[in-house]
Amino acid sequence: MKRSRLPIWITVGALIFFYLPILILVLNSFNASRFGTGWQGFSLKWYAQLLHEPEIWLAARNSFLVAFGATALSVVLGTAAAFALHRFAGSRLQRFHYALVYMPLVVPEILMGISLLMAFAATGVRLGLGTIFVAHVTFCVSFVAMTVLARLQDFDDAVVEAARDLGAGWGVTFRRIVLPMIAPGIAAGALLAFTLSIDDFVITFFVAGPGSTTLPIRIYSMIKFGSPPLINALSTILLFVTFTAVILSQRISSPRR
Amino acid sequence: MKAGPRKRGAEWLASGPSILWLGLFFLVPTLLVFVLAFRPSNPFGGIGAGWTLDNIRRLTDPAMLAVARRTLEISLATTLICLVLAVPVGYTLARVSAKWRNFFLMLVIIPFWTNFLIRVFAWKTLLHPDGPIKQVLAFLGLVPAGASLLYRPEAVVLVSVYTFLPFTILPIYAAAEKFDFRLMEAARDLGARPFLAFRKVFLPGIRRGLITAVLFVFIPALGSYVIPDIVGGPGGEMIGNKIAQRVFVDRNLPLASALSVVLILSVLAPLISVLLLQPKGERPEIL
Repeated sequence: MKRSRLPIWITVGALIFFYLPILILVLNSFNASRFGTGWQGFSLKWYAQLLHEPEIWLAARNSFLVAFGATALSVVLGTAAAFALHRFAGSRLQRFHYALVYMPLVVPEILMGISLLMAFAATGVRLGLGTIFVAHVTFCVSFVAMTVLARLQDFDDAVVEAARDLGAGWGVTFRRIVLPMIAPGIAAGALLAFTLSIDDFVITFFVAGPGSTTLPIRIYSMIKFGSPPLINALSTILLFVTFTAVILSQRISSPRR
Repeated sequence: MKAGPRKRGAEWLASGPSILWLGLFFLVPTLLVFVLAFRPSNPFGGIGAGWTLDNIRRLTDPAMLAVARRTLEISLATTLICLVLAVPVGYTLARVSAKWRNFFLMLVIIPFWTNFLIRVFAWKTLLHPDGPIKQVLAFLGLVPAGASLLYRPEAVVLVSVYTFLPFTILPIYAAAEKFDFRLMEAARDLGARPFLAFRKVFLPGIRRGLITAVLFVFIPALGSYVIPDIVGGPGGEMIGNKIAQRVFVDRNLPLASALSVVLILSVLAPLISVLLLQPKGERPEIL
């Protein structure tokens, strides 16, 4: 039976659409031309100039600081949440709990940013890295909980029952049985939380204060007021770092053959 | 001892921390937005004393209504274009061999890993008056030399499609993968032309995936802020920009709250309508 080739062409077109802007950005980062209008020769001068921008490195440090902290706390909160959602599924408390964990995934970022800002403004909390940390934990918890929950759902509850029947308490059962079995889910959740935290702009922008610039906030102000080739160079470095991290994490997590 | 107090204790111990955290930093702040919408602002950028309906009244400004309408139009256009592109892509992914499928899926997911601001910025360069797209179009005589591709609602739609397309492809592919393509062959054997079989058999078969895809694009598109801010200009502003301006430009938090209430309600509308209109088995798994 003959099939239409149109869907395949649309697929190829969509992939070109996905990659063309990124490709041009990377090429332009090596372009000597300041405005990226036409190729004026290969140059690394934008990369060299990045070294003289201390604000970028300070922002990167802030981003890493927040991301490590937010990942650590959200992994603890999210794993406990996933455990409760799975183990006590169906109880009235867990139905409420599920809705509470689920909603932050649906709500547009700007609403989460504005509502946290209102809460901080109403209680007189000073905006800074602390408020960014709180905001990041809040959206990361849900992503960690859902990732770990997906893993728990493939998991045989009989093992837990067996441990309990043999006299292990909840703490021991969790530490010795459940935790090792869901460790890959926790690792995936942590990786997701870290990436989301380091990438987040909208929520961070609303709850950031003076002196708490993160890398995305710095990139935003460069886009608004700065020099395009510098952003191209910085973006290319970030792309390289993310791709390496993703390829490494896939190598680690994929089953060995 | 199964359902005894110890079990309740364990349940609270495990769910207490996340309930407390999300209650304190998600639920209460969201409710606070509703409360603050009815408070006046004070000259210091804070929240004044007493109660008022002024903020709600200001929502019916003709300028505000125009922004609300544009937000809806941009979000609908983005959703529609994403669907039109994602259905053939999802169909292709479900039909090609496993090797190609994994390769294509990787290619669809990789853009997710790049920072969102960088992707939007890449388009700003592309659409720039001196950028390649404009030069090609002007060379072909498709746009006048002085035209701008940036800072207009169409640019917001284009970059939104770029951003949200992967979110539409994945649920549609997931549904298409479970679809029994023998049904299409049966329709063809019974004399249906290819497009008719596609429309009458395939599309209804992946309905759940389509609904998920619509929610995945339409809801975040309604709350867009960065895309219109960077490529939209004053003529492409959406409700998110208005909220941000009230916060960062004239520091009127109560008015920002009132605008946010509108956004919250418009995000809830599609969710609730799916819940009410779709029978339980046909709802997306996420609901």
